[in-house]
Amino acid sequence: MHTILSNECIAEGIYAMKVKGHFQVNMGQFFMLRAWENHPILSRPISVCNVEHDHIEFLYKVVGEGTRLFAKLREGDSIQLEGPFGNGFVNQSGRVALIGGGIGIAPLLYTAKQFRNKPDIFLGFRDQSYLTEAYKPYANELHICVNGNVLEHIEWSRYDYVYTCGPYAMMKAVANLTKGLDVKVYVSFEKRMACGIGACYGCSTSTKQGNKKVCTDGPVFLAEEVDWHEEFSL
Amino acid sequence: MKSLACEVAGIRFRNPIVMASGTFGFGKEYAKMYDINKLGGISCKGLTLHPRKGNGGARLMETSGGMLNSIGLENPGIDAFLREEMRFWETIEPVKIANLGGSNIEEYVLGAMKITQDAEERRKQNRRAVDMIELNISCPNVKEGGVAFGIKTEVAREVVREVRQMTSLPLAVKLSPNAENIVHMAVMCEEEGAEAISLVNTFTGMKIDIYQRTSVFKNMYAGLSGPAIKPIALRMVHEVAKQVEVPVMGMGGIASASDVIEFIMAGASIVQIGTYNFMNLRAGEELLAGINSYMELENIQSLDEIRGII
Repeated sequence: MHTILSNECIAEGIYAMKVKGHFQVNMGQFFMLRAWENHPILSRPISVCNVEHDHIEFLYKVVGEGTRLFAKLREGDSIQLEGPFGNGFVNQSGRVALIGGGIGIAPLLYTAKQFRNKPDIFLGFRDQSYLTEAYKPYANELHICVNGNVLEHIEWSRYDYVYTCGPYAMMKAVANLTKGLDVKVYVSFEKRMACGIGACYGCSTSTKQGNKKVCTDGPVFLAEEVDWHEEFSL
Repeated sequence: MKSLACEVAGIRFRNPIVMASGTFGFGKEYAKMYDINKLGGISCKGLTLHPRKGNGGARLMETSGGMLNSIGLENPGIDAFLREEMRFWETIEPVKIANLGGSNIEEYVLGAMKITQDAEERRKQNRRAVDMIELNISCPNVKEGGVAFGIKTEVAREVVREVRQMTSLPLAVKLSPNAENIVHMAVMCEEEGAEAISLVNTFTGMKIDIYQRTSVFKNMYAGLSGPAIKPIALRMVHEVAKQVEVPVMGMGGIASASDVIEFIMAGASIVQIGTYNFMNLRAGEELLAGINSYMELENIQSLDEIRGII
């Protein structure tokens, strides 16, 4: 069990939760979070937004019963963290762009901090932006787009590597826009999962090498390996 | 000296905690969380003769007190299991149960043959091998086979009989709660020479997306598990245990040590833990500690003292 340091609503339906403790995490990994006994049944996979020496930070959107319960937690309350799980992003050196959409911006803050040369960061939101100030110190250029298409502003040839997390349609568009270009694209998927450790087969996703598990083979995949034609249902 | 050990089909289990098929993979993943050698046994992810990709579309949905799954028996196939997963299985101590599914009788029979041959060869070399086959005639998530064999007793009889003739390994049959008459089904399995009965698999359930106006699951229905089904599963285990001589492996929604004790009092020799593995990644370890505390508190030396007392 870990202790919550703070759990703030930073925009409508968006919360930033800080949990006390020293954690070793690779960028792009996630934890299974649980703040209840047996109900709801499943823990919730939440990606790591930031890690400091004495706490870890999660950014989450209230979408269902579990995240509604998270939103009620206060300073001093307990939460169970299992993890970190997943492969995470590979650290590459070169010209890097990070592209986040909506709550998918979460893993990109800790990711941005890992590069020796500051990446360009593109953050897109549907109707309200949040946490963008936190990205500023780690960005070479920071582009924020609300209620538009964040991908329009991107000159793909400027980059060797793109790391993206956001809605499936956005990540698929990134994969399409970079097809045939000399740029490697890493996408970070989110899927319903029961265990988070590779046992339940609930989060299987179709790739060119057959089924892969989002929890252990992912959540990060090379865009070129993803089978974008297969129906990908959340 | 307090003992949790029990025997099913001539196989000694160090304790009655067995991890249920489909919730524990092949054990490797949980081995990172705790010492799985403490467990009584592991029933592996359901295996089929040929590899299966499983179902497309949504595979999981939480419900009140439970969850629906529509995985569709995604698995690497029996050959890959024997070639790759057995390498890990050889290194672990719990009783090894191969859960076998199929789309038709030939697949079940050929699958059973392969598993049996492999086990016999390994045994000759003094290596650890599959100890038991658990015949899955109850998966609700595959279009052909699976639960189709698990509804009508006389249809199931043919599968059980054929597989029984094909394997020298102890045979358990895993029953569906959707069977027309689960007691008749269990009695039939015993008549056909099964050495144990596992019950229950998931209940067929449904979830509708009211905005899309469709079933959430591509297959329309999915399998319900978790604490929500426990009272019904417990009743079924009780009914079956009263009517068969062979040991019963009871399961369905177990999520605490007291749930385990309830199943044992209802007549289960062994219990299987499914969905609780998702709720608690160290489920095995914690259940064992809880059972031990209960036995101390109630001054019980062996679970035989309370097995089937209801």
